[in-house]
Amino acid sequence: MSESKTRSPGTQTNDGSKKMLIAMVGIGVVCALLIVFTYEGTFGRIEMLKAEALEQAVFKVLPGITKTGIFELTSEGKFIPSDGKDRTKTLVYAGYDDQNTLKGIAIEAKGQGYADILKVLYGYDPASQSIVGFYVLESKETPGLGDKIEKDENFLSNFNGLSVALSEDFKTVINKVIPVKFGTKENSWEVEGITGATISTRAIGNIMGESTATMIPLIYQQQESFAFAPNAPTK
Amino acid sequence: MSPELKNIALKDAPSSTDEFIKGLWRENPVFVQVIGMCPVLAVSNSAENALAMGLATAFVLVMSNVLISSLRNFIPKQVRIATYILIIATFVTMVDYAIQAISVDLHKSLGAFISLIVVNCMILSRAEAFASKNTVSKSAIDGLGMGFGFVFALFCLGSVREILGNGSIFGFPIFPESYQEWIIMILPAGGFFTLAFWLLIFNHYKLKKAKS
Repeated sequence: MSESKTRSPGTQTNDGSKKMLIAMVGIGVVCALLIVFTYEGTFGRIEMLKAEALEQAVFKVLPGITKTGIFELTSEGKFIPSDGKDRTKTLVYAGYDDQNTLKGIAIEAKGQGYADILKVLYGYDPASQSIVGFYVLESKETPGLGDKIEKDENFLSNFNGLSVALSEDFKTVINKVIPVKFGTKENSWEVEGITGATISTRAIGNIMGESTATMIPLIYQQQESFAFAPNAPTK
Repeated sequence: MSPELKNIALKDAPSSTDEFIKGLWRENPVFVQVIGMCPVLAVSNSAENALAMGLATAFVLVMSNVLISSLRNFIPKQVRIATYILIIATFVTMVDYAIQAISVDLHKSLGAFISLIVVNCMILSRAEAFASKNTVSKSAIDGLGMGFGFVFALFCLGSVREILGNGSIFGFPIFPESYQEWIIMILPAGGFFTLAFWLLIFNHYKLKKAKS
């Protein structure tokens, strides 16, 4: 009698399982390696493109600047010059004109949108105590509806002179930035929504409200830390 | 196999060109098989998005077809679907990184749909129906044919939707300022209208050919 006929059904199942296991694990390992190689191969370029996009965005939200400097917020609430490589820290970007005078600060903010986390960048001008520019860095909002937050001119005009004036002790924003419905904007600290993109625009209004309430007093009080430093890493 | 039988088998076997044309035209995945509709309707709102999505899908299809076909004797049939998904997901992740490395803006506009290539039934159906039963070269040609068929179909939809809905092609305006855009063509409903329109044309010609 041949060997295969004397085998019990149990051994055959074991052989089958072994084969399945080897195939799955083997292919799994090969696939994992392929992904790791691609990740390693593209990582540098992806980071570079993201940094480039961010730098372009800084110039968009701070009109009239010619160079930028990166600062990070320490745990004591102080701003110090940074090389911007550690993305886990809270970073802000100071913009200067040709005479090296501080024109404004670009601040990153994020929060929950309709589809996913929304990441925005806005420009703050300490001289006029207002927001002077706004740009959506990352958004997965519904194409054709929610993504209007990136293109709708009327909505974007909200952020041209959005008031974030501080109280007399410079510790709080007098009127927190709030979202309002389309057609009901009355004050310069309100963000007027878009019909058909209610949730996305409301999310933007709230993100701006929360970020400005904490960041603006900190930045205003430490304006001198952002003075142009020739030795600081600038671009 | 006797020599006569072998000759007959060779004569009946479709040539490489046939295999390629099959996916591109006769069995076009979108216009004839009507599969993989999620990206077809969702990402065809502009010619650029459609082309990028089509090429990404075609790349995944060709690569997964080749790998699955070369491993066809090694993959036990009980776990074949799980293995196919694993292989497809790997290539999708690679494409995702590659697109990010090419352009941040393009990645931004394709968004979640890149990851969804994993569950595109066209790719899984080619793996199951073709690559797991045929040689590597044949599977590669089948993947290329089907892939380009998909690119072609997506581009047909994307260009029509962008021209009517945005008055431009690849971002270049082609109509005068006074042109009133058909916003609906950019919205999901426009995807259905355009697909219906192309299916109408395709079926009309098919029927006409069948009659003659």
